[in-house]
Amino acid sequence: MADLVSHPDEVRVVSRRFGMGATNLDRYLELDGYKAVQKALGMGTDGIVNEVKNSGLRGRGGAGFSTGMKWSFVPKQASKPKYVLCNGDESEPGTCKDRLIFEHDPHAVIEGVVIAGLAVGSHTGYIYVRGEYRYLLDIMQKAIADAYVRGFLGKNIFGSGYDFDVYWHGGAGAYEVGEESALMESLEGKRGIPRIRPPFPAVVGLWGGPTVINNAETLASVPHIILGGAEWYASLGPPKNGGTRLFCLSGHLKRPGVYELPMGYNLRKMIFEVGGGIPDGRALKAVVPGGSSTPVLKSDEIDIAMDFDSVAKSGSMLGSGGVVVLDETTCMVKFALRTMKFYQHESCGWCIPCREGTDWLKKTLIRFHAGGGVNKDIDNMYYLSENMLGRTFCPLGDAAAMPTMAFIKKFRKEFEDHLDGKPCPFEKAGVVESVLA
Amino acid sequence: MADVNITVDGKKVTAPAGTLLIEACKSVGIEVPSFCYYPNLSLQGACRMCLVKVEKMPKLQTACTTVISEGMIAITDSDEVRQARKGMVELLLGNHPLDCPVCDAGGECELQDMTFSYGAAESKYMEPKNHKEEQQWSPVVYFDRPRCILCYRCVRVCGEGMDVWALGVQNRGVGSIIAPNKEDHLECEECGMCIDICPVGALTSGAYRYKTRPWEMNHVGTTCAHCADGCKTTLGVRRSETGMEIVRGDNRDKSGINGDFLCIKGRYAFDFANREDRFVQPLIRKDGQLAPSTWEEAFELIGKRFKEAREQHGGQAIGVVGSNRTTNEENYLLQKFARVVLQTNNIDHHRTADFPAFAAALRGKPESTASMRDVFNAPAILLIGNDPTEQHPLMAWQIRNNVRLHRAKLYVVNSRDIKLRRQATGFLRIPKGAEGRFAAFLNGDDSVAENLRPVAGTGADAGESRATTQTTPAGFRDQLRSEQNLIIIFGAEIRGGDIASVVKFGSGIAGAKFLYLADYANSRGAADMGLYPDLLPGYHPIADSGKFHQEWGGVPQTPGLTLPEMVDSARSGKLKALYVVGTNPVGRFDIDPFVFSQSFVVVQDMFLTETASLADVVLPAANAYEKSGTFTNTCGDLQLVKKAAEVSGSKSDFEMIVRIADAMGADVHKLVPFGRGTAADMGQSRGAQSGEADRHSVWLEAHGLEPKMSPFDPMAILDEIQRLVPGYEVSRMNLLAGNDQRTSLVGRASGAAQNPELIAPANDHLFSSGTLGRYSRTLNSVMENHDQQPAEF
Ligand SMILES: Cc1cc2nc3c(=O)[nH]c(=O)nc-3n(C[C@H](O)[C@H](O)[C@H](O)COP(=O)(O)O)c2cc1C
Ligand code: SF4
Ligand code: SF4
Ligand code: SF4
Ligand code: FES
Repeated sequence: MADLVSHPDEVRVVSRRFGMGATNLDRYLELDGYKAVQKALGMGTDGIVNEVKNSGLRGRGGAGFSTGMKWSFVPKQASKPKYVLCNGDESEPGTCKDRLIFEHDPHAVIEGVVIAGLAVGSHTGYIYVRGEYRYLLDIMQKAIADAYVRGFLGKNIFGSGYDFDVYWHGGAGAYEVGEESALMESLEGKRGIPRIRPPFPAVVGLWGGPTVINNAETLASVPHIILGGAEWYASLGPPKNGGTRLFCLSGHLKRPGVYELPMGYNLRKMIFEVGGGIPDGRALKAVVPGGSSTPVLKSDEIDIAMDFDSVAKSGSMLGSGGVVVLDETTCMVKFALRTMKFYQHESCGWCIPCREGTDWLKKTLIRFHAGGGVNKDIDNMYYLSENMLGRTFCPLGDAAAMPTMAFIKKFRKEFEDHLDGKPCPFEKAGVVESVLA
Repeated sequence: MADVNITVDGKKVTAPAGTLLIEACKSVGIEVPSFCYYPNLSLQGACRMCLVKVEKMPKLQTACTTVISEGMIAITDSDEVRQARKGMVELLLGNHPLDCPVCDAGGECELQDMTFSYGAAESKYMEPKNHKEEQQWSPVVYFDRPRCILCYRCVRVCGEGMDVWALGVQNRGVGSIIAPNKEDHLECEECGMCIDICPVGALTSGAYRYKTRPWEMNHVGTTCAHCADGCKTTLGVRRSETGMEIVRGDNRDKSGINGDFLCIKGRYAFDFANREDRFVQPLIRKDGQLAPSTWEEAFELIGKRFKEAREQHGGQAIGVVGSNRTTNEENYLLQKFARVVLQTNNIDHHRTADFPAFAAALRGKPESTASMRDVFNAPAILLIGNDPTEQHPLMAWQIRNNVRLHRAKLYVVNSRDIKLRRQATGFLRIPKGAEGRFAAFLNGDDSVAENLRPVAGTGADAGESRATTQTTPAGFRDQLRSEQNLIIIFGAEIRGGDIASVVKFGSGIAGAKFLYLADYANSRGAADMGLYPDLLPGYHPIADSGKFHQEWGGVPQTPGLTLPEMVDSARSGKLKALYVVGTNPVGRFDIDPFVFSQSFVVVQDMFLTETASLADVVLPAANAYEKSGTFTNTCGDLQLVKKAAEVSGSKSDFEMIVRIADAMGADVHKLVPFGRGTAADMGQSRGAQSGEADRHSVWLEAHGLEPKMSPFDPMAILDEIQRLVPGYEVSRMNLLAGNDQRTSLVGRASGAAQNPELIAPANDHLFSSGTLGRYSRTLNSVMENHDQQPAEF
């Protein structure tokens, strides 16, 4: 279990019950648990959808799509059953927030799933938990069982006449399965490869039925919106970026950890005040603002508000809330290589540009970082990334190409410093030797 | 469906709603490159080759998954699009071994073509390529991972097209690999569809690999020599020491009734033609041993002995057995030779279905037989008996894919859990041998319903059927009655009077058509051409021989002997001569070889079969891939057989029949109406056999000159067939152009004796093909690999 951190600037909504024993159902009920779903039962589908729309809640899985809007796409009448699918596959490097929610407040996820179900007229929810989070599955499993015992799930929930079932499902260890359509394939027991869209999941999803897919944090935020009201929630953040967000601060920081801050919180402040700044008096070099797939920001580009629109304006993305801080001792080539190793390993292999592109980028970066690079490699890597960008079957290919292009564009000098058989300037011994050894 | 208007590269395109952009482009001649897209298979969007610009969309879109919408504006040729394609090819070539110089696909490879078009010639990478050793998956399928571009066509054609699902993808990312169903090998139907559909040389065929460069072959489109479905096949032939050798069978232009399809037999089992133990010279029995002779010697001897038999004992002392694998022209000629020259009606063949009874049942409904193409398009199909997956692979493909692509309703009635039940909306499992009773039941004979109860214990297996409810026979019949344009397909389990029952039932259904399943490449043709002792071509009873009598100048007036009767006649010493053309009755019917010890037996064949081994004279025959003519498949589709290969030392059955007639002193001119008025040119056989003479004849005729100069020209007989055999009045030009032509089965007053007991279904399975199949190395090696049990009845 991870230690919890805190900071006075935090606004605790989703993390309200962290560390308070809310995995225990009675304790959860004491802390306003399952009140939201009971309120929602009386709001009607449109009532819930409008409330969530007005709250300005945007998807916490990475793309930042309006949650209320997404729910409104689900057809009212459908010939097949509708589903709610909670995406707890959290695998983007730098991101570790859903994990805390499952660990400390699993019932909030269940409650969010049920409310989403009420909003779209579904009677079945699935909570998909990342395979490596095996220990969290136990917690989730117990929470679901407890809720069934009390009649919060199953037939006639809360005596309302509404039936709702929730099932859990564990992943098998694939980042790609966090992508919504691959998630559905995986849940259906198939290989974790994405589907062709359209049709979108809201219309044709799990087993062909209309399906709402939301990130665990998104869904865990919903009960608070129902109870606190859309207006209150929206007012916590800047316009169109309602509420708070769990930011996962990692890297070269004095106080790394997951902090809940209002949307739009300044990135510089986040690093230097909330995260305590960089240890040992070293200087900041760069920040990856929203998980490993988001383009890197240089130290002079961080005076920005951390909301979806402002970060996009600065040429990167708020993504999944994983803020990775890199100080001056970081070799950007090595960092690019580490990032690419991840995407090469996680590419599902379905489409040519991502399957082949990540592999060549990885191979080239290994050689390059080891000192075997030639000048044209730099342009080649950029060219290769360009040929992937926007042309792959799913966004994983973009997730590999975008940061690579940013590394090369913003830190070209560091790449050039690796040329001509020179050892990596950031490693004491010649890396060439260490790689060849 | 309503039409949608779009603009592609400035061209206006109109196509039905629901059309994919890639197809809409194709319809106006704009080719969008693609690897993973394949018509009639599920969409993948995996190769990203087909990216095009669609206005209002920020990113390039895959034309293979984009459905056109009104007003859509697409650009398929811009710098951005071209760069995307080039980038994709570069990425593919990165790990590609580029062993084109030794790759089977070299010269016919879509990756090569794409590289040529988009010029990704510069090598961008320095790292070593990923490598994996080549794997052999079965006698016919090899897999070379480095060449694979992961387009998943093979996976889909095997699963969706064949319903075999033997291929899949393993691992992920760059480690992704196509994998066979049994860990390191394949157990499947060995159709080779995966190899055929592979755009590169990743899947190669055991029969063909490393044999030749594609451009060293000539390609001849002809008809498969095996089952009665009549697939069009393209044979790749190459010069060999003994003539022309077939090195490959495929279906390159997909223009035939079979579209993409060929089964293992059509694709690989041409290899009997190249066997070393084939006869390449005539043999004459001397001192009890078959010894080589010259052609002259052989024909002279046969002519003399046949003539003696006829003159001393009369035509009834001579028997003739024809073949299910010789052409229509040969079959027609053979029975004409028997009746006119040998003066006997003792002619028969291995009957695998009861066509005379079928023809009789269809009296007055000449257009009600279904074609192979119809089977792919009919809204509903009833299949009684047979197991098309094993016995009629193309028929099974047509049915299966009709269900998959057009949602046709399939009703299956069978005594076994045949594979096609998986596509069935209704499946009735009846007791073995109850097919005839079912036919009676269809016509309202409810007394037999109890005996049609589904057999117990079909349990789990039957569950694989799409059939939603376990219907009662009566419910099943009601469902059938509610269908329209139903095609009723039935196997040889239904014979004699039962056929009339089936036809009667179908006649109550609007638009119903019928299809009867026989077993071999020209079984239907053998029947249509009158290889019967009591029926002339077109199922004319002997008694009704007026037209033929006139044309041929006399036909013996009493029906002849059936095959079993000929055997009896030989046993009692009455049958003085037996002429067997391209068939193996002794092996097939387990006839005691000593029966023929007093008969003079002439056999035309390729191999020393049980029948050939007791012959007095053996004549080395060319097979169907080595001559020209026509075949009629079991549906009545008439197709061209073209000469592809040649083995010197053999002759076509056609030529041999004519030469025997000549040796008997018969007027060859009367037998084959060639060269109106010109003297027989007995020297000119080669051009005639290859069909060149006939092609030339089209030109000659057009110029008012005299065509068909040779008595060995099968087309001269086709003229007569078209004139005298009802139902064969098809367009000759279309036929010669390589199109399938519909014949119709014109019902006759059934004066013919009905002999359903003479029907002997071949019971072949996927990897067998009667006597001929025994001589295919590929079929044998595949059978060694599988424990395939022959179909049981
Ligand atoms: C490669 C890839 C991986 C993803 N992984 C996750 C993930 O682990 N968790 C998640 O919630 N969303 C993930 N997403 C985003 C989902 O596709 C989807 O947008 C999200 O679950 C929607 O929920 P939201 O609207 O609540 O954000 C991933 C997307 C891609 C392309
Ligand atoms: S971009 Fe292509 S290969 Fe990569 S994960 Fe998505 S579908 Fe798979
Ligand atoms: S083996 Fe051929 S058909 Fe199959 S995926 Fe590879 S390239 Fe495509
Ligand atoms: S289905 Fe019949 S005709 Fe077609 S290839 Fe196979 S054996 Fe030949
Ligand atoms: S042809 Fe469209 S993605 Fe392959």
